Amino acid sequence: MKATSDPPQSAFPSKQSTVLKYPITSPPLSGAVLTARRWSSVMAPLALLSTIGVLICLQFGSQWIGLGQVIDIVSHVLREGSVDSEQVGTTGVILMQVRLPRLLLGLLVGACLASVGVVLQALLRNPLADPYVLGVSSGAALGVALAILLGIGSTFLALSVLPLCGFAGGLLSLVVVYRMAVSYGRLPIHSLLLAGVILNSIFSALIMFITSIMEPNRSAGTMTWLMGTLTAPSYPALAILTCYLLGGLFLLLKQARKLNVLTLGEESARSLGIETERVKRQVYLLSALITGAVVSVSGMIGFVGMVIPHAVRLMLGADHRLLLPASALVGGMYLMVADTLARTLLSPAEIPVGIITALAGGPFFIYLLVWRKDRFA
Amino acid sequence: MSQFPKNEDLMIDQAGPGAGAPRRAYEVRSLRFRYHPLSRGAANWVLDGVTFDIQAGEILGIVGPNGSGKTSLLKLLAKVLRPHDGAMALFERDLWAMPQVEVARTVAFVPQESPQVFSFTVMETVLMGRFPHHQGATWSAGFGWESAEDLSIAEQALQYTDLTHLAGRSVMDLSGGERQRCMIARALAQAPQVLLLDEPTAFLDLQHQMEICAIVRRLKEERGLTVVLVSHDLNLASQYCDRILMLKAGALFRLGTPHDVIDVEVLKAVYGCDVLIDRHPESGVPRVTLPQYRATKNLGDRL
Repeated sequence: MKATSDPPQSAFPSKQSTVLKYPITSPPLSGAVLTARRWSSVMAPLALLSTIGVLICLQFGSQWIGLGQVIDIVSHVLREGSVDSEQVGTTGVILMQVRLPRLLLGLLVGACLASVGVVLQALLRNPLADPYVLGVSSGAALGVALAILLGIGSTFLALSVLPLCGFAGGLLSLVVVYRMAVSYGRLPIHSLLLAGVILNSIFSALIMFITSIMEPNRSAGTMTWLMGTLTAPSYPALAILTCYLLGGLFLLLKQARKLNVLTLGEESARSLGIETERVKRQVYLLSALITGAVVSVSGMIGFVGMVIPHAVRLMLGADHRLLLPASALVGGMYLMVADTLARTLLSPAEIPVGIITALAGGPFFIYLLVWRKDRFA
Repeated sequence: MSQFPKNEDLMIDQAGPGAGAPRRAYEVRSLRFRYHPLSRGAANWVLDGVTFDIQAGEILGIVGPNGSGKTSLLKLLAKVLRPHDGAMALFERDLWAMPQVEVARTVAFVPQESPQVFSFTVMETVLMGRFPHHQGATWSAGFGWESAEDLSIAEQALQYTDLTHLAGRSVMDLSGGERQRCMIARALAQAPQVLLLDEPTAFLDLQHQMEICAIVRRLKEERGLTVVLVSHDLNLASQYCDRILMLKAGALFRLGTPHDVIDVEVLKAVYGCDVLIDRHPESGVPRVTLPQYRATKNLGDRL
């Protein structure tokens, strides 16, 4: 018996029937609870950091643009409300029409991937879950590739139909992975990963088949997209995508407390008053919707949804009210920086950003699986 | 909701509780349950026609051999599982008509094992018990912050289970006994009238077993809580429970005081083996001892 584990004289302190007036006073309690003050003291610096990150990343590209010039042009455009090539010059056009929308898209895609990673990990009660690892991304990619093959991608419907096809594919693979892995109400990590691997390889084969029967000029573009690439979108397209995805993230955030309780296990969650089936269905649907839209614009960018939530959880704790929005911001910054690397490392040539995230995230995944398996086996 | 049992023959006392008569926490009538709703045949019933009452403020122990349906019965009481047939009332309200969240405000359930894979702190885990009391606006239910009242109730639950010094610790770093106390504290934060415990002392050493049992007794005596616990340990049930419900193969075999249930004939019939029964030296409740090993002829032949 370890003497340190329980001080014997205080094993059963006498009952305190009065409600304490100042509940959180002792030091061990103050850090143990998430409060509105702590929430904003984390989120405000993160938001500031992302803004600074955008300005810094704007400098990089095939042509270096100094920070002073970047700030000049951005503030000018913010004042005028439009990008006028007469006044801001070609540098301004490059900044505002090429780099900025692409950076914002990176921010958005990274935020979505990290958030979906967070909620999938909570629902599956497994810190290794990720839309890419589980095959949700490849399911969505299959849906989008099919749509492109059928010629929908080049029509004016592309912006609305491609995300829907991605959603259908992503949802299909979520359902299949879940059905394959579940045994007696539990989701063992190994069957979950195995199901994801199998589904990934089947879907990859189908996607390869689809690209091989496409016209050569279209298949090359599809291959680059599949590897995970960000391209500068037009502002209207970016605005639509932003509304759609931020709406999804907001709905996920509304479930934050239920996600906390769901990590106790489904039976405990139900005994705490949660209609588990309904919440799970909602969150899975939202995850598939978000993943489908993200994959349709950026292809398969892997491991963001696993690495970022894990790192943020280590630093900030597991409460989803903070974990979810913080992971979104950190994931957005992570992908933005990775994409800046992808643009500049071999400039003027580009590397698909999916390659960079996979090279960074894959080893991290192996580390977790091999050395930290005691934590989630 | 249409799948739930209809309630015409529900037993709710029309006369109401008589003066001085103990209130009933639960009334369970002809409860039937099986895990696979589509399978046919009598062999599949986990619980087959169980009828009993649980008095408010008593500690009821559910015992029986492996697979006799103890845990399923407890989960049915918590409304975590759906019965196939039969009726249940919780404090004279139809359990199956109550919204899950209202059940959660009255009944707290602690499962046998609750592995946590994320590093929530002990305090955060205990505060999850306040969830059913936050069902106002959707936004505040999903995102809002804990009120001062929540924090104070959670802190009292921590004191009750002697966990205050571990409030900021991650639940993943707790020992088995501490984790069990943490789960009980979470259940107490629900401010329930009924506490359902599944094998609360499994895998715990003697000191931790005694701590859990002492907490349970104190809850009954100081707060008037109704406690239902499932246990394999007949001696523990005999010593700490007011009444014991013995299940055999999904049916109620006997329900009564420890003296009625812990009996050589009953145990022989339920477990199929002979045991020795004497008295606890302090309290005088029955005590079960396994007999000395004797090589029976059959066993000897097999060996």
